[in-house]
Amino acid sequence: MTSDALRLDYKIIYDAVEPGSRVLDLGCGNGDLLYFLARDKNAKVQGIELNDAAIYQCVRKGLSVFNSDITTGLIEYPDQSFDYVILNQSMQEVTNIDFIIREALRVGRKVIIGFPNFAYIAARFMLFFRGKAPMTEALPHLWYDTPNVRCLSINDFRNFCGEKRLRILKAYYLGSKKLLGFWPNLLALNAIFVLTGESEATPCEFSDEKKGERC
Amino acid sequence: MKKKQSVGPVETKYFKFAEPPNEMSLELGGKLGPVTIAYETYGELNSGKTNAILVCHALSADAHAAGYLEGEKAPGWWEGMIGPGKAFDTEKHFIVCSNVIGGCKGSTGPASVNPATGAPYGLDFPSITIADMVEAQRHLIDYLGIEKLMCVAGGSMGGMQALQWVASYPDRVRSVIPIATTLKHSPQQIAFNEVVRQSIMADPAWREGNYYQYGQPEKGLALARMIGHITFMSVQSMEEKFSRRLKNANYNFKFDADFEVEGYLRYKGDSFVKRFDANSYLYITKAIDYFDLSGERLAPEGREADPRFLIIYYRSDWLYPSIQSQEIVRALKRRRVDATYCELRSTYGHDAFLVEMDEQQALVRHFLDKTFEGYEVVRTYDI
Repeated sequence: MTSDALRLDYKIIYDAVEPGSRVLDLGCGNGDLLYFLARDKNAKVQGIELNDAAIYQCVRKGLSVFNSDITTGLIEYPDQSFDYVILNQSMQEVTNIDFIIREALRVGRKVIIGFPNFAYIAARFMLFFRGKAPMTEALPHLWYDTPNVRCLSINDFRNFCGEKRLRILKAYYLGSKKLLGFWPNLLALNAIFVLTGESEATPCEFSDEKKGERC
Repeated sequence: MKKKQSVGPVETKYFKFAEPPNEMSLELGGKLGPVTIAYETYGELNSGKTNAILVCHALSADAHAAGYLEGEKAPGWWEGMIGPGKAFDTEKHFIVCSNVIGGCKGSTGPASVNPATGAPYGLDFPSITIADMVEAQRHLIDYLGIEKLMCVAGGSMGGMQALQWVASYPDRVRSVIPIATTLKHSPQQIAFNEVVRQSIMADPAWREGNYYQYGQPEKGLALARMIGHITFMSVQSMEEKFSRRLKNANYNFKFDADFEVEGYLRYKGDSFVKRFDANSYLYITKAIDYFDLSGERLAPEGREADPRFLIIYYRSDWLYPSIQSQEIVRALKRRRVDATYCELRSTYGHDAFLVEMDEQQALVRHFLDKTFEGYEVVRTYDI
């Protein structure tokens, strides 16, 4: 298997990481992404994961992984220990997001965050016309067994970055099979943001705003 | 089928060094020599001498980690982990296990003859530490012609030795597997060890350690072991093993062993007296209590060589709680050392690493494959 066959979100993150980087993946799952980063991009990788079966899968792939939750996973790392800290599909499962992102930016030069978009059109339809808690390809869980404790849209996250003066280096909006160019808050299932710490020049403030970005 | 996976018949060998006047200098200032180390090896050392693994035993175990000694029915203490096709695979690796100095299973300890007097050392045996045990192992590893160990592994006190190898000889170890262990004993752990020691020393038969011509302080040593056994088990494993079952139908109120758990502890205590020297128990428990690699001692700032780690904790182990394993992880994070930490399910308590084999085997095997073959193992893995 090559990296081309990776899940779309993995593929995007894989492409975003520079070869030879030091990478920490918070909530690394079974380690598929880290495995390709280590194998094909010569990255020095470390995973953090809570699920036992997923941890065994990581070790089987030769990956180093800590049995830990995300909040305590960052503690003790010296500043700027990693080039990238990845929080893919795990940020919405923690309550203290502000703290986690601050810590991630302390430990890593860049933070890559991937999350499901709660304002996706099908989610809006489900809520508005059917009056039910939305379930989509990116939000596949029933309301009573979802691991998500934070429900946010792409616009919510952009506003959050603005308020917290986090600089968005790059934003990717994911459809089911490919990247989307416009109306992401309405049409994207998932988003992936690459952030860095407080910028001295221009803080994010929708600098790369495109048509329909506020939809 | 089980037998097939065993290394089969093995024998204990002996290595002697530090003949006077070249005695071994000890961490706390004394000298010891000559020193004998009992050891066993399994598998073959490859031509590059890159496949050697040192397995370190816990408090009361010995060099006999796997296979069968002549005339003995029971296999070595880590038979489940060592053998052809097992985690420590004797078809790929060369495995060494040695008895610690201070012990009584063939290596020099308090029961050995003091060359100065011609009688057993007793309390004239010098104070030894975990670092001294490791130093003695280093002499053995030199003798075997091994420059760099592929791995040092062990549980409990064996894990302390593995950690001590990193502190003492970081450039001679490629990887370490500390299991069910700690960077330092907590006051609770020291307290248990102190009660254990007091129970030996309170026995008049201990005679200030000079009991060798009279026989062991049996009552005290048996009691010491009973205390130990309580701490090695968990509330769940004791419930499963004994519940409140009685040995006989009724309570008899004669202070016999009414409950099965009492009978078990008495049996364990009595059988321990036959196989372990009381003074060794005193010396080794002290060495464990003195062990302290907290702070920067495990991986000091600026050190180049940092072996990779696999740290394993068993969830029902209350004697060496998870916070102690996590403390090792934190020390490694501060130094950005390549490490894996796993908390495994078990109800067996502190002894789980000797009993629970499935996950431990798989984790160790994959960790060693990666260590041995480098990133090639990642390249060949098929997902």
